[in-house]
Amino acid sequence: MTVRVLLPAHLRALARVEGEVRLEVEGPATLRSVLDAVERDYPMLGGTIRDHGTRERRAFLRFFACERDLSHEPLDAPLPERVAQGKEALLVIGAVAGGSPSP
Amino acid sequence: MSKVRLLVGTRKGAFVLTSDGKRENWQVSGPHFAGWEIYHVKGSPVDPQRIYASQTSGWFGQVMQRSDDGGATWNPVGNKFAYDGVPGTHQWYDGTPHPWEFKRAWHLEPSLTDPDAVYAGVEDAALFRSNDGGVNWEELSGLRKHGSGPHWQPGAGGMCLHTIILDPSDAKRMYIAISSAGAFRTDDGGETWKPINQGLRSEHIPDPTAEVGHCVHHIAMHPQRPGTLFMQKHWDVMRSDNAGDHWTEVSGNLPTDFGFVIDVHAHEPETIYVVPIKSDGEHYPPDGKLRVYRSRSGGNEWEPLTKGLPQENCFVNVLRDAMSVDSLDKCGVYFGTTGGQVYASRNAGDSWVPIVRDLPAVLSVEAQTLP
Repeated sequence: MTVRVLLPAHLRALARVEGEVRLEVEGPATLRSVLDAVERDYPMLGGTIRDHGTRERRAFLRFFACERDLSHEPLDAPLPERVAQGKEALLVIGAVAGGSPSP
Repeated sequence: MSKVRLLVGTRKGAFVLTSDGKRENWQVSGPHFAGWEIYHVKGSPVDPQRIYASQTSGWFGQVMQRSDDGGATWNPVGNKFAYDGVPGTHQWYDGTPHPWEFKRAWHLEPSLTDPDAVYAGVEDAALFRSNDGGVNWEELSGLRKHGSGPHWQPGAGGMCLHTIILDPSDAKRMYIAISSAGAFRTDDGGETWKPINQGLRSEHIPDPTAEVGHCVHHIAMHPQRPGTLFMQKHWDVMRSDNAGDHWTEVSGNLPTDFGFVIDVHAHEPETIYVVPIKSDGEHYPPDGKLRVYRSRSGGNEWEPLTKGLPQENCFVNVLRDAMSVDSLDKCGVYFGTTGGQVYASRNAGDSWVPIVRDLPAVLSVEAQTLP
């Protein structure tokens, strides 16, 4: 299935993409499978959304879709159907403030 | 004619400043990696077109970039910095144990002989090496596992390994410095390390002459005198003439012996530069006067260099990696400020001009002298 993801502007610049990315995801669309697909297609983003070692979401990033905050959902929980169907994008959002001593 | 290229890391991107050997007219390119903190950018002495950059962000973590064309284009390389084994703990600010956590790379030191080899000094303090152009990184864990590691504490900027000096006369010898653990030396290529802090005195720690715990801000070495080291400590300017085995204070007549940068003239191993800074709380030049101090005697006797620098209402800082020299004759000296200025002297410090005035806060400046 094809899943759409909207990355923060800094990560779009790092991955050299514009707008949303479209990813082929094997099996059920979950946060884990979609993030695996992001890192598969854009290896330069490894470690920038989730920590290399712990695989945890980086503290100043959040996941939203279908007007829901999915940041704290289990990694293997199914994403909303409209995301799985490619009708809506999974949004990776950076905190508006914080994350740096000089944001 | 020779050229000079300055690699400038700032809080919001990297900039590349280039000039011909006259060093009068500069072209500015950037920002590269706009919006990211660029702690350090440094080129390979073997292949100056090969440049490494440490790109970091509180949101997105560490990215490492490499250019193979002198900074015109860049590609992200490896950013996986995994401590060797179970990292254990160091001391937190309040003295309690705190787990070792990777945060960012502060300093990159390309090999003197191999353009694919580069060292990275990181926070929390550790030393990594890549042998494949920055794609893969491996910790030289003998440093962190040196017995004193659990007693290291962060300085105000974090527990960073910020200085890496490679000895051009001995491929097995290397110096590093950590805030605020102190200076360390290896004589076997990084397998084993010894603290080299004898002679340092730090009144703000429980044992002022402890083996470790000193807040070393920066160390500089002239490549023709690899046994002589100059240090800007939190307080005190120091020198060692026996590869760090013992240090003596050479602060002399400086208006304050606090500061961050220290560097050595390219052709005169006893001519050194510092920028005195008022502290502990302020971190700007004394009396609002931005003055580089030069000693032509390896310390103790210092002269202020002020021509072309603001002598009133100047309240910027000059951070530890933000000074560099070129190897032209006369020696060029460069430094960047937290106010976004990069100043250049093409006469060894006698006079200064700003190359740029309004960059983001400058974190690092490295000069490359090109054929």
